[in-house]
Amino acid sequence: MESHERTEKCKEVFSLLSEYLNLELPPGACHEMEAHIAGCPPCVEFAESLRKTVELCRRYQPAELPVPLGNDAREQLLEAYQKMLGGRKALS
Amino acid sequence: MEREAEVDLARRLMTGDANAFDRFVEHFRAKIFHYSWLMCGQREDAEDVAQDTLLKVFESFDQLREAERVRPWVFRIARNACLMKRRKSVFAPARELSLDDFMPAMSHQGGYAKLQIADWSGLPDRQVMQSEMKYVLDQAIGELPENYKSVLLMRDVEELSTLETAQVLDLTEDVVKTRLHRARLAVRQKLDEYLRSGGHLLSSHTEGE
Repeated sequence: MESHERTEKCKEVFSLLSEYLNLELPPGACHEMEAHIAGCPPCVEFAESLRKTVELCRRYQPAELPVPLGNDAREQLLEAYQKMLGGRKALS
Repeated sequence: MEREAEVDLARRLMTGDANAFDRFVEHFRAKIFHYSWLMCGQREDAEDVAQDTLLKVFESFDQLREAERVRPWVFRIARNACLMKRRKSVFAPARELSLDDFMPAMSHQGGYAKLQIADWSGLPDRQVMQSEMKYVLDQAIGELPENYKSVLLMRDVEELSTLETAQVLDLTEDVVKTRLHRARLAVRQKLDEYLRSGGHLLSSHTEGE
């Protein structure tokens, strides 16, 4: 593995990386993967870039916001909520 | 707002505490708008989906048995409202993403193999994204095929579990896992292209320029 050519194991790591990052792999598969990654700089580098992608998605904030809620729309929602509460009381 | 605070608002609404109403509406309206804007691509449609969803949410609030499930429950309703809206507007055919398209190439330098990807090492985990980066991320997520985008939005943006996402989207957990991985790889590739073209990830890089 001197030159770190991509192996079948690298391809397997590549295909299971999200499950690994999500801690969704069974313990055996997880240990196997960690053992490979420990000796494979390209896999480390790729795994790190995917982990950071996930981190960016988690911090992703909307670029667009809705226009402020109008009075009529708010009234419509409040009415639906109160009606639901009223219906529940009528049943009890 | 953390999920815990969201659950607290839902619990209060379930017991008839109307003081929680405005905060609940404000919080979920922004979330649903964002989700449906990314799914439908139209501001007007997204505003409609947000209102239709919230209306349905309040009409059927007594069907929410456990306050802990409020986020997936609301998104399940939002997803259906989005589908109804899309039926009336644009319909994009399903497109599949293949793993092979995202496997990076290798180059050989001085006897060592090197992945042909950007240098991500300088990106700290917690720092404000600069606006150009946000735009690139918006584009990357926006360009995903719908069936992948919906999974990525539920799992990574809304941070629902695999099971919750499967329930919201009517998929098996295995399909959620497969689509999530491919969606992440597609987004990673777009960000990588941006970084390799000289883009920066952090606000500090552009300050004072």
